Amino acid sequence: MNAIIALEAVHFTYRGASQHVFADLHLSIPDGAFAVILGPNGTGKTTLLHLILGYRRPQHGKVYLAGVLQEHYTRREMSRLVGLVPQDEAVAFDFSVLDYTLLGRAPYIGPLDMPTDGDVRIAMEALEMVGVAHLCMRSIASLSGGERQLVIIARALAQQPRILLLDEPTAHLDLSNRNRILHVLRTLNQRGTTVVMTSHDPVAAAAVANFVVLMRDGKVIEAGQPEEVFTAEKLSATYGVPVRVLRLEEQILAFNPLS
Amino acid sequence: MSAVYHDYNHRIARQLRYLAVGLLCLLLLSALWGRYSGVSLLSPAELWHDPLAQRLVMTLRLPRVLMACLLGMGLAASGSTLQMIFRNPLVEPGFLGVSQGAAFGAACAIMLFGTVPFAVQGLALFFAGLGVVLSYLLARHIRFGGWVLRLVLSGIAVSALFASGVGVLKYVADPLTQLPEIVFWMLGGLYAVTWSKLLSILPVVVPSLAVILFMRWRLNLLSMGEQTAFSLGAAPTRERAIALAAAVGATAAVVSVSGVVGWVGLIVPHMARRIAGSDAQKSLPVALLMGGIFALVCDNVARTLLAGEIPLGTLTSLFGAGLFILLMTTANPWLRSTT
Repeated sequence: MNAIIALEAVHFTYRGASQHVFADLHLSIPDGAFAVILGPNGTGKTTLLHLILGYRRPQHGKVYLAGVLQEHYTRREMSRLVGLVPQDEAVAFDFSVLDYTLLGRAPYIGPLDMPTDGDVRIAMEALEMVGVAHLCMRSIASLSGGERQLVIIARALAQQPRILLLDEPTAHLDLSNRNRILHVLRTLNQRGTTVVMTSHDPVAAAAVANFVVLMRDGKVIEAGQPEEVFTAEKLSATYGVPVRVLRLEEQILAFNPLS
Repeated sequence: MSAVYHDYNHRIARQLRYLAVGLLCLLLLSALWGRYSGVSLLSPAELWHDPLAQRLVMTLRLPRVLMACLLGMGLAASGSTLQMIFRNPLVEPGFLGVSQGAAFGAACAIMLFGTVPFAVQGLALFFAGLGVVLSYLLARHIRFGGWVLRLVLSGIAVSALFASGVGVLKYVADPLTQLPEIVFWMLGGLYAVTWSKLLSILPVVVPSLAVILFMRWRLNLLSMGEQTAFSLGAAPTRERAIALAAAVGATAAVVSVSGVVGWVGLIVPHMARRIAGSDAQKSLPVALLMGGIFALVCDNVARTLLAGEIPLGTLTSLFGAGLFILLMTTANPWLRSTT
């Protein structure tokens, strides 16, 4: 498979910070993958998504998207290629679900133009795909946590990106909502979108991912198929605590036993 | 399902037409309404036969009612815009040092040149602009917080500086001639509007309002967080700067004529969002028209309720604060009921 995302010798330090986040980071994610990035807090997972998005630029090294150097894309081209579901999306005003989802059409609407009926149709299709079309006229502030996350994903889908980045989309969600989100993402992935999500949940990652990246202290410890990556030894090295891995009904369960 | 959405859009379009027709009627009536031979409406026959009435309407009332309309529109549109780009529904147009800067400029002009109209207006405009520039420069040097918080903080600081400057000028002003002028200017009013003053601010106000109106859907995008706005292809900093320049330009220009007129830019966007929802594509035109109506009604009361002129700023604050209290203590009816 071709790499749709490739980072080569990337070095990144936050402005004013003494410690670098990444030094000489290499990573490639295959086209059409459902990739999950696992690692402890503060290891640079969000920063990695920002680098792929172009929201932050590396001081050294190169980022390739679909084989083209990131700097060669215009802002508009980038926004059609890569979508983002951020970790916390604070919406200051009481938008309706449909008005909010329509924002996903911004890459296709000129700065002085208004959304067309076609844009409304695509936004509605995105809401239907994640199963919340019936909420379209509700206020976004009145939704539950799970519904809200689905709407944010629908907004990113209305963008019709080839690559969808999600920053811990299942954090703060209960089991059924978590599975609902993962199911939507898997369907989306099967239709050809490359999904890259960060997570704290190895069990969820093992259930949906076909490509797993283990990170610690800004370094990629291992990247590859879940079967190869999910070993007690590698997960223990990632999290710095003993991790046990069990296989149960074709699912991989990884956990840190309480002693 | 999107049929609901189209019905909703049609409803907003209908309300916009009502508001536009209402504003036009109100403009016409306001030009005829006044204290000429008692509080009354001039009849068309009177206007036809009485040359004094004609001159009154053409040279005094018409520029004044048009200015009131423009004032309300400018403040409401820039209030909506600033609330969106600062992601804060409590922001109002004067907050980046604009109002206090204008007041300081006007007070300086009154002290230096007396009440030469263009000196007052020019210096008010200049210092309003300076207030924004200072706020911006200060915000760049504040060492903590996000960009929005830094701008708000520096706006507060710059406003306070200008306010203390105004305080000093009031203290040294001649209490018989200059002080009343300064105080009256700061209370706001349209009693001295002429055609030439109105026309002189049009080159700033009209392009500013046009920019805001054309960008209005984009404002929704700019009200999102940095990451989201960026991921949707916006250049948040640059686009916010353009919207900010337009909003401040419109505010500074109208305020340079009217003096400090508060609350319009805060309350009208809230009322518009109640009617049309938060999407600026729909709520901004509604805010524009409602702002015109609100300021016109207030100004009509200001010039006719008592034999003397009531300062417009006090009336807009009274009505605005009253409406604000009413709005904040009642539930928002539009969204949840349409499911």
